[in-house]
Amino acid sequence: MTYLYLLATLLFVFGIKRLTSVKTCAQGNRLSEAGMLLAIVTTLLIYNGSISWWVVIAGLLVGGGIGAIIAKKTPTTQMPEMVAALNGFGGVASALVAMADLLQNTALKGEASLSMMGTVLAIATPATILIGMVTLTGSFVAFFKLGGKKIVHPLKGSARHYAHAALGLAAIGCSVWMVFTGSHVSMAIAVILLALIASALGVLLTLPIGGADMPVVVSLLNSYSGVAGAAAGFVINNPLLIVAGALVGTSGLILTQIMCKAMNRSLGNVLLGGIGDDTVAKDAKDYKSIKATTPEEVAMLLDGATSVVFVPGYGLAVAQAQHTIRELGELLIKRGVTVRYAIHPVAGRMPGHMNVLLAESDVPYDQLFEMDQINGDFKNTDVVIVVGANDVVNPAAREDTGPIAGMPILNVDEARTCVVIKRSLAPGYAGIRNPLFDLPNTLMVFLDAKEALEGMVKEVKELK
Amino acid sequence: MEQILAQLTFLVIFVFVIASLLGFELITKVPPTLHTPLMSGSNAISGITVVGAIMCALTLEGNPLGKTPGWFSNTLAFLAIVFATINVVGGYMVTDRMLGSFKKKGK
Repeated sequence: MTYLYLLATLLFVFGIKRLTSVKTCAQGNRLSEAGMLLAIVTTLLIYNGSISWWVVIAGLLVGGGIGAIIAKKTPTTQMPEMVAALNGFGGVASALVAMADLLQNTALKGEASLSMMGTVLAIATPATILIGMVTLTGSFVAFFKLGGKKIVHPLKGSARHYAHAALGLAAIGCSVWMVFTGSHVSMAIAVILLALIASALGVLLTLPIGGADMPVVVSLLNSYSGVAGAAAGFVINNPLLIVAGALVGTSGLILTQIMCKAMNRSLGNVLLGGIGDDTVAKDAKDYKSIKATTPEEVAMLLDGATSVVFVPGYGLAVAQAQHTIRELGELLIKRGVTVRYAIHPVAGRMPGHMNVLLAESDVPYDQLFEMDQINGDFKNTDVVIVVGANDVVNPAAREDTGPIAGMPILNVDEARTCVVIKRSLAPGYAGIRNPLFDLPNTLMVFLDAKEALEGMVKEVKELK
Repeated sequence: MEQILAQLTFLVIFVFVIASLLGFELITKVPPTLHTPLMSGSNAISGITVVGAIMCALTLEGNPLGKTPGWFSNTLAFLAIVFATINVVGGYMVTDRMLGSFKKKGK
């Protein structure tokens, strides 16, 4: 029977493998779902005699119901928040498993001390609780930050690092106490303290990370939830959990690496909260020659264009304008214009966010271009329309110094005309001035993304 | 007994290391289009801890803690099952939804 776990593991492996290509991804997810179902059924069969069925069934029904409601109700624009929240749930579940197992194990084996139960258990139990709780609270901070809430870290400067280090040491202290103490009472106290300290750490470590870096944080937390699952696997001695957790842990880590590369920053730099730390440069709103325009004028501009590139950013998601941009794109294609979408790797609030959003509104896949594919082509483009993006098109990144120096950007300033749809001149998450807005070939449309695009659709329809 | 435990320790660590390497091999070279579904799909897999949660939900007779503390450990197990299942069901459903919109125009 336990060999069915091996089958479930293989289903996960092939599932993830297929998730990495557009053609096979839907099938990949099915395989992975089948693996999960098989894993749960196998567990129920193996532990048939010893588990309390009503606890299990009630738990599965309640959790399944809540999960289904969340999944059905969340709009695509809020996908990052949702993935963050789900991560948190996975993390806390692993921590709870470690606690329940510790409780039962100490009673079952009659051992007063965790140190007597083998090195693996002694290390894995506190590690699972620590990582699981950090994942929980970190994910919820990310959830709120992604939702646009500003939460400020209570400490500034180096006091912050000392506080984090102190908490980290306290967590290690609690873990050691928990392992070596001889009494069940102090073990319980140590577990509770460890859980509390880990929760505080999760909050404090995530708070200083800038809003612009949230894609990195979400993938990192994804990795943590996997590691917590693998650690729980060590606790209950189940290779299925270890393998599945390790797969998720490494895949999250790789996505994190990809995101960091896209911003030309090291992971350490992101985690320490390099930019976007609620600071706004003094000259952030110093602009000299802003040229504002209207959707009508943009429509006239589009009339004479033969190639147009859209650059979507988070503003598009906020305004729910993904359908309108597709409509405008289709109108232009009918008029014989080449229409493309340029997707910056960190556009939006999570990796690949824009792709999902545009896919949902039926933008054909072959119109989406990655940064490297399209960057050389901007100089042959008549009109670029930047919709709700800021930092990813900021030419200041090409300079040697400054908060975003060296970050790869979309070279929209090379196009003949660049139209920027943005509600105001407010800086993006990096909190700095965008020299693009001052360029002679840049026109600003100060409207909500949806309003502006709807206006353009209407005007383009009226063109003859 | 000591020797068996040592071998077991070696085996689980062995499995962990190999699985991590496998993870690295699998994920490198994902197209950016699929980053979000990949993330929510793998996120759902991390809910595998539901297996551990089920194993911890013992019957009161089978629970080594006896009646009263047994209730306590079962409450922990129940909560673990709930949270892990939210992760599993929510993660898979939302991934399906996203991939559905990819397929629609992939024809």
